[in-house]
Amino acid sequence: MVNPVMPPSRVDRGTRRIVLCGLTTVSAVVLLFSYRTSTTAELPEAAGTSDTTDVGATDAAGAGQAYGTPPEASEAAAVPATGAPAGRARPAGAAYSGTVTGPVVQVKWGQVQVRATLRAGRITAVDVLRTPDENAHDRKVNAAAVPVLVRETLAAQSTRIDMVSGATFTSTGYVRSLQAALDRAGST
Amino acid sequence: MTAPPVVLAAPVARRIEHVMGMPISLALRGRHTDDGAADAAWAAVLASLRDADAVFSTYRADSVVSAIRRGELALANAPGEVHEVLEIAARAERATDGAFSVWRPELDPSGVVKGWAVERASVFLRGLSATDFCLSAGGDMVCRALAGEPWRVGIEDPHDPARLLAVVPVRDGAVATSGTAHRGAHVVDARTGAAPPAVAQVTVIATSLTRADVDATAAYALGARAAEWLGRRVGRAGLVVWADGTTTTVAAEPV
Repeated sequence: MVNPVMPPSRVDRGTRRIVLCGLTTVSAVVLLFSYRTSTTAELPEAAGTSDTTDVGATDAAGAGQAYGTPPEASEAAAVPATGAPAGRARPAGAAYSGTVTGPVVQVKWGQVQVRATLRAGRITAVDVLRTPDENAHDRKVNAAAVPVLVRETLAAQSTRIDMVSGATFTSTGYVRSLQAALDRAGST
Repeated sequence: MTAPPVVLAAPVARRIEHVMGMPISLALRGRHTDDGAADAAWAAVLASLRDADAVFSTYRADSVVSAIRRGELALANAPGEVHEVLEIAARAERATDGAFSVWRPELDPSGVVKGWAVERASVFLRGLSATDFCLSAGGDMVCRALAGEPWRVGIEDPHDPARLLAVVPVRDGAVATSGTAHRGAHVVDARTGAAPPAVAQVTVIATSLTRADVDATAAYALGARAAEWLGRRVGRAGLVVWADGTTTTVAAEPV
C-alpha cells in the first residue's frame, strides 16, 4: 500500500531536501493512518464534484516516530485536517479511487499535510499541501502582501508603483501598457 | 550589521528585452544596478528564458514540446525539465478537478511554463548582493526587497489597461495575473473548452512565481468558483475581477 509513495512534490529551493526526507516518511505514516481510517469510517453520500475525503487526526506519537528524532518529534501534535468536504461513499479496501487528504501534522518546524491520489487502491500521486518552511515564509511574505484596492476614481499615474501585473501582455500590447511607461521612465 | 542609513526613494534602474514574444522587464535598486555584476545577471536571466523557450515553445517547430506533439519524441524520453513542468501541471489539474489541464487536447504547457521559467531565471538575480530586484515577464513577476521599501506592484484593470485596480506591496514573493486583457480569451476550462464567462481576471500573490502563475491560470479556468477556490489554497492571496467589473480580494489563509 505504502510502497508506491513517490517523492513529495518538487520544491522550489534545494535547501528543503532535509525537510523533504522527513516529509516522505511522514507521508507514509499519514497514509497508513488514512488507509486504516478509510476502511472503517462511515462516510455520508455526498453530491458534488469533489471526491476528496478528510481523514481525522492521526496519532501524535505515530507522527513523532516517523521523524526518528524523539526529543523534538515527540512534541508533534496532530490537528484535524481542514477544508475539503467529505466525498462519496467508498467501497472498503483496495479498489478505492479518489483522493485522501491527511491531517495537518504539527512538527518542530511547522505544519505538514499531504494528499494522496489513488486509482483502484494504488497510490498514483502524493501532493504536499503544506511544508513547514513554506509556512514560516508565508507568514513573513503575506503579512503585507494583500492587494489594496485603489479608489475607483483615482488615476493610476497618481499612485506610486514600481511594476504592473496584468494578464499576459504580449510584446505588441506592452507598448501601450503602464509597464512600458514605467520602463521608459526608469531607463532615462 | 549596522543599521541601514536613511535612504530617500532609492533610484530604480530598469532594463527591458523581448523574449518568447513577451516583454521582460527588470527593475533593480541597491548596490548592483548598472555595473558588470548586474549586466552578467541580466544576461544569465535572458539566456535561461531563451533556453526555456527552446524547450517548451508551442510556436517553434524545433522545440521539445513540438516534437512531443508531433509524436516524434516519447514523453519518457523528454528532458527532466519537461517532467518537472508536467508534474506541476498534474498537481494543478488534480487541485481543480480537471478545469486546468495542459492536455487540451494536445500538450500545451504554456499555463505552467512562464511562471516556472521566470522563477528559475530569477535565481541569477538572487546572487546580487544588497540589491533589490523585480523581474517581470509579460505582467507576471518575482520580486525581492531586502532592506528598502517593499516593491509596489499595481494590478491592471482588465477593462481598461491604462488604469490600476489595486496595489500590492511585495517584499519577497511573486505576483501573477491571468485573464483576457491584451490577448483575447486564451484560458479555457479544459472540461468544456470554453472560456469561463464569469471572471475577467485573476491575480495571485504567492511565495514563488511557479505557484502564483499556475494558480492564477487555474483559478481563472474555474470561472465563478475562482475566489472561493483561491481562498482555500494555502499561502495565496489575490484579487479576482469579475466580468461585471466587481472585485473580490482574497487574503492569505492565516497559518
